Amino acid sequence: MKRLLNEIRESVLISLNAINSNKVRSSLATLGIVIGITTVTILQTAIEGINRAFEKSIASVGADVLYVQKFEWFGRDDWEAIRNRPDINWQQYEYLVRNIQGAESVCPTVATGSTVTYKDLSSENVFIFGTTDEYQKTLGLEVSEGRFFTGRESDAAFPVCVIGHDIKESFFGNTDPIGKTIQISGYNFRVIGTYDKMGSMLGLFSLDNRIIIPIYVFFKIFGTRRSLTINIKAPSIEAIDDTREEVRAIMKRARKIPPGEKDDFGVNQQEAFRQTYESLTGLIKTIGTSITLLSLIVGSIGIANIMFVSVKERTREIGIRKAIGAKRSTILLQFLTESVGICLMGGIIGLIIAFPLSLLIDKLLLPTVMPLWVIFLALFISASAGIIAGFFPAWTASKLDPVEALRYE
Amino acid sequence: MNEIIKTADIVKKYIMGSEELYALNGVSLTIKKNEYVAVMGPSGSGKSTLMNIIGCLDTPTSGTYELAGQNVSELDDSKLASVRNKQIGFVFQTFNLLPRSNALHNVELPLIYAGVSKSERIQRAKEALEKVGLADRMMHKPNELSGGQRQRVAIARALVNNPSIILADEPTGNLDSKTGEEIMELFDSLHKLGNTIILVTHEDFIAEHAERIIRLRDGKIESDTLKQINKTIET
Repeated sequence: MKRLLNEIRESVLISLNAINSNKVRSSLATLGIVIGITTVTILQTAIEGINRAFEKSIASVGADVLYVQKFEWFGRDDWEAIRNRPDINWQQYEYLVRNIQGAESVCPTVATGSTVTYKDLSSENVFIFGTTDEYQKTLGLEVSEGRFFTGRESDAAFPVCVIGHDIKESFFGNTDPIGKTIQISGYNFRVIGTYDKMGSMLGLFSLDNRIIIPIYVFFKIFGTRRSLTINIKAPSIEAIDDTREEVRAIMKRARKIPPGEKDDFGVNQQEAFRQTYESLTGLIKTIGTSITLLSLIVGSIGIANIMFVSVKERTREIGIRKAIGAKRSTILLQFLTESVGICLMGGIIGLIIAFPLSLLIDKLLLPTVMPLWVIFLALFISASAGIIAGFFPAWTASKLDPVEALRYE
Repeated sequence: MNEIIKTADIVKKYIMGSEELYALNGVSLTIKKNEYVAVMGPSGSGKSTLMNIIGCLDTPTSGTYELAGQNVSELDDSKLASVRNKQIGFVFQTFNLLPRSNALHNVELPLIYAGVSKSERIQRAKEALEKVGLADRMMHKPNELSGGQRQRVAIARALVNNPSIILADEPTGNLDSKTGEEIMELFDSLHKLGNTIILVTHEDFIAEHAERIIRLRDGKIESDTLKQINKTIET
């Protein structure tokens, strides 16, 4: 045991020495590993980041909710063929509510961007959301302060509003917003509730920069010429397929589409979102893994090559070491350590490159997260590449005949 | 029983194409503890082959070789390595030091392979270097040392593990005659301290230092003579 520890320490020292005296060569040899590790790390941090963002976004959208909209989320039809679809209007919504049996609750939503002011503060492009009192029940919004609007307020078009976290922060800071009056597009609204931070949909748009108002008020201010989203909560997750078929049939009748003809609307649900998302990340993973694998193979060949050169160069040294008592296993260990050392160096360089790069990507493109296991994975992969690449050269070195090796010039 | 080396009918055969070449053709010899032996012979006489076999770098085609009571002619690679490490100290014509390591580390190396702890290693390596008169050159690398100093480092390395025999292959071949003489004096004093020394040389004035001269020719022992010295008076 002690002997092994001694030999490992000696091997590490020899390797550091060898790498140090061949800096350029070692660095060039490790380039493939550097690229491989950088790719795998960036990829994993990106996937991890997207995953977390996705889980957070998806958590804010109920799994048992159907969204009837003008377009499918992931339709495969030509844009040309579907862009003239008629809007989903209020009559269709009322028709659906009258006829549907298998639904827990239904609410319409309609949205637009508008300017909001409070005293001398102003915020542009706030997401204004018109809906009914059923919204809370259907989509499960958690009100943190105050309350949501009632059915009476909704039906009678009271100018009240529930504001998102960002709006509350920017207008009211730490003061109590309840009862205050803000202007939306110039009209006065009384704040009756706020809701907690919800994050953003895949980092694309914030759910917190949003104000929810009764839909009739919305129509008065912004008009009725926007296509609606009808949100339907199924009685349970298991019942969602039945509910979807029922919704489709009712909507077809409402939009006067003969049975057998294609739908001209989308019944969307989170599941479709998830499936598409998973096939997308699956694709990214496959492509990324291929690139990683390829660069690691190329990198390993480079390392193996340089190790063969190293063994050849140090034939005499191997002879000396064997003459004074180094066993075959000792020599094998020495060269394996060297090749693992070079690869680990490549792995560490790769990580050092990948870390700021992932932060940059986080700022510019996608959310990224670098968990600890990615670092360990990267180091594990580079060490394995070192063992694979170094084994054959090290084996050759260990098998050298000491007499021949000592004679080598 | 102080026979350190005992070989019986050692044969080393090489096959070159269709020809069989006998580098050694039946060598039997016995070397006792604290003997000082020179192996001589013209090139091609088989002295290097004999050296390699005695040094456990090579194994004979047939015949037996006992080193310090152990039959080493049939050991495997890893056991031979361990025998070389513990029983044999090599001194080569071309010094064969590790160029990137300093003198101390070079001397320490056999102890690393022997599994000796770090503090003891340093201690013993220092003692060995002091013994060869290099106490002030421990941190120098081989290229910062003269030829004679390099050979002293190599001798210290050969001594450090207290081997049964010191095998020196043309130890002065790469040195000028004055330095060579100094190295030979070092061997003489090591012999007086009780070490068993085997020299391979083709120069008579080097062989003169030994007490016994074995001459090889065509893979066989041609002569084996004990010199009469008045050494008994000293001891």
